[in-house]
Amino acid sequence: MAELTHRVALEGEAELPKPETPLQEAWRIFQKDRLALSGLVVLVLLVAMAAAGKVLTEWVVVFDPATVRLPDKFLPPFSSVSQALIPAAHHPLGGLYLLGTDELGRDVFARMLQGSFVSLSIGFIAVGISVTIGIILGGLSGFYGNVKLGLLSVDTLIMRFTDIMLCFPTFFLILTVVALLPPSIYNIMIVIGLTSWMATARFVRAEFLALREQDFVVAAQALGLPEGRIIFRHMVPNAIAPVLVSATIGVAGAILTESGLSFLGFGVQPPYATWGNILASGRGFIFDAPWLFFIPGLAIFVVVLAFNLVGEGLREALNPRLRNKG
Amino acid sequence: MWVFLLRAILQRLVLLVVISMIAFSIVHLAPGEPSEVDPANPRMKPEDIARIRAAFHLDEPLSVQYVYWLRDLATGELKSFKDSQPVLPKIWRRFLNSLPLFICATLIVWSLSFPTGIQAAIQRGSPFDRTTTFVAYAFISIPGFFLSYLAIQWVVDLFNVPIIGMRTFGMENAQPAFRWMDRLWHLVVPSVMSAIAGIAILSRYVRSQMLEVVRQDYVRTARAKGLPEESVIYRHALRNALLPFVTMFGFLLPGLIGGSVIFEQIFAWPGLGRLGYEAILARDFPVILTINFIAATLTLAGTLVSDILYAVVDPRIRLQ
Repeated sequence: MAELTHRVALEGEAELPKPETPLQEAWRIFQKDRLALSGLVVLVLLVAMAAAGKVLTEWVVVFDPATVRLPDKFLPPFSSVSQALIPAAHHPLGGLYLLGTDELGRDVFARMLQGSFVSLSIGFIAVGISVTIGIILGGLSGFYGNVKLGLLSVDTLIMRFTDIMLCFPTFFLILTVVALLPPSIYNIMIVIGLTSWMATARFVRAEFLALREQDFVVAAQALGLPEGRIIFRHMVPNAIAPVLVSATIGVAGAILTESGLSFLGFGVQPPYATWGNILASGRGFIFDAPWLFFIPGLAIFVVVLAFNLVGEGLREALNPRLRNKG
Repeated sequence: MWVFLLRAILQRLVLLVVISMIAFSIVHLAPGEPSEVDPANPRMKPEDIARIRAAFHLDEPLSVQYVYWLRDLATGELKSFKDSQPVLPKIWRRFLNSLPLFICATLIVWSLSFPTGIQAAIQRGSPFDRTTTFVAYAFISIPGFFLSYLAIQWVVDLFNVPIIGMRTFGMENAQPAFRWMDRLWHLVVPSVMSAIAGIAILSRYVRSQMLEVVRQDYVRTARAKGLPEESVIYRHALRNALLPFVTMFGFLLPGLIGGSVIFEQIFAWPGLGRLGYEAILARDFPVILTINFIAATLTLAGTLVSDILYAVVDPRIRLQ
């Protein structure tokens, strides 16, 4: 309202100020939330770190996560390499173990770097899968809901299937499938993705049902636009805000799920290091080598917290209903 | 009303059958069979494997196996692959062990999150609100087992008491009062730990629900009438904010199975989640499937109960 009167007052005097695009407005609101903003900073750092991890531990091996140096096991952070016992080729960068070494004398810093990429890609790919399934099923159900397939309508079919999936105890289902399938990092991503799309499907359907009645969609239909264009050009962008929020929070959930699976021994198997399995194997040395437990634990905590805070910030910024209300 | 009930129950029965079929196919089609748990054993000859498979009906087509499973479940004859114990009593015993943990955790969650959530909503933007919001996010974000290990270390260091398991070994002949205290003490840390994520989520939910209601016209009307603030909040706003939570009672029971695996594993609590975990490790299909079936039944019953409760507390909703 305030903006409107403001504009009315300006009319006729000078040129109107350029109206804010929705994206700029969301960013302005997002910026005000200091917690969300610091979460975003953490995430940007994390992505940089994950990229660096991929490059520096696998392509150009600056930090070697796999070298076993038995004379140097259980060294606390910032200890230097035993020059006399370790061949020079196996020295860490600068002869210093930034985050100490583990039970096999592997460099924890290098392993954390490598793990950041693996953990993050598990989160992103799992959520990518779940969001894709959710948008497709929810969209079908919302847009083509009335189409009959034999006795049942598409909507009934898809929503009953969603109900069925919601009836499985999720973590137990993930555990069952991961335990029965051969251990592989891809299975974990796929299984987490396949068991977490239900919420997305439900609110995409709700958004589509509401959007289908809106004037701009009716107008697009009246213009005779192809259905694909109506759906992907006009409806999906309008339904994407809640998906984005739940995807951000979903990444956090996937990283936590992976660490829980690692704890039970079904996580990503060696030689891949993830924060989850560094933490799970570090728990045996909580007294002797606390850094093996606290470093990955705090890292997971900070990153998951950042994802959650950014997700919440996005929810506030993208939800027009909550705006301008005290 | 009765028509609604009948239809809802019939619908859910159909869903239940489909769910059990899906679970059955997932478990059976995945590679790995009970006969292959110990492939390195040199004494295991092909004939033995064939005999084991025949004994468990694993050599029959999947549909026949499904009928066998359903028949045995219905007659209560279902036996575990692992130790040939009847499955239902086995699950029932573990269920009784999980129950106190579950009740305690639920009580902690509900009694803490409502006051915090309401308070945070009333004082929106205050230091209290911001602190609880941050703490809630911290609770959601911390891996449960990481925090549990810290708690175990801290409690053992500080109070020098055992907290693993359900009771102290060797206390069987002690006075009943001591036995009860011992069990109670073992209950505290695991239930607090499994409650933490729940507190965070529920208090956030209460807060947003409260904020939603406080904006409504009838709250403004109540204020305009000059009612004392307390009466506005607790009699007019809170009552309406509580509506969705009535339905959550329905969704409580399924949580008994899903969320408890990790905590029961950490605290060596012989409960349902751990039984499921052990069954998965041993490829004990009847136990896995039955636990899954019970979980699905509880979820479906929960949704039905919540639908009915919702209609009971909210006169605007009519069942049809």
